[in-house]
Amino acid sequence: MWIYEKKLQYPVRIKNPNPRMASYILSQFGGPDGELAASLRYLSQRYHMPISEAKAMLTDIGTEELAHLEIVGTMVYQLMGGASIEEIKEAGAGVYFSNHDRAVYPSTGTGVPFTAAYIMSKGDYIADLHEDLAAEQKARATYEHLIKLADDPDVIEPLRFLRAREIVHYQRFGEILEKLYEYKNSKKYF
Amino acid sequence: MRDSRRRRALLNQIRALEFMAVELNLYLNSHPTDRRALRDYNAYTQQLMVLRNEYQSQYGPLTNFGTAQSGYPWAWINDPWPWEID
Repeated sequence: MWIYEKKLQYPVRIKNPNPRMASYILSQFGGPDGELAASLRYLSQRYHMPISEAKAMLTDIGTEELAHLEIVGTMVYQLMGGASIEEIKEAGAGVYFSNHDRAVYPSTGTGVPFTAAYIMSKGDYIADLHEDLAAEQKARATYEHLIKLADDPDVIEPLRFLRAREIVHYQRFGEILEKLYEYKNSKKYF
Repeated sequence: MRDSRRRRALLNQIRALEFMAVELNLYLNSHPTDRRALRDYNAYTQQLMVLRNEYQSQYGPLTNFGTAQSGYPWAWINDPWPWEID
């Protein structure tokens, strides 16, 4: 089961609305390399892991990704929150607004809805861990793109935190992949 | 809003300790016999329990059930929620 904690893992207090930045960041909520995809990927793959270290790591990182989903959702909410219709139109966020007003919807900033086609659960632990390592690198790259697009320290600081977590997760998944290879090589073939 | 500032300061202390705890949690998943990391994990967890109790007794429950008792009326529903700026 899961228990919700009524706090963000990293604080978000964005004073200036910016609907353009909101639409850029929304990709990390419901886009291909976003936090929802990451969480569902790990929490789906964990069932077929053969060693306890891998079961634990996928469970715990999959859970942390939900905390990141909340951080990203909060950023989108605060960036859209106080924006006027004029600002939203000027920012090119009118297409999004027509469907969702200022709400947080799991999609890219251009409105492509979230899909499980972003993730895989292959039933092959080596293939799955390779996907996870790639996913962490793609998310890291996305956060770096977002940091380049941002100019508000209130926005940049949480993005930097999220970027750093991708690097830690990549490291931990690398250790798990090594253990999975050891496990695979130690198995008797018959 | 002096109270809000105090609340946020305490929350940040909890966040810092939780950050250490989750870092060590993930590290220990792949290094379960690292005694130094385990000792650190247990020390941070103990400090965290103290601070969480302090926070919950002053500002209400951090989880929807099971970790803190509630005064009257039911305090879980109180603002602010994490996505709101207080």
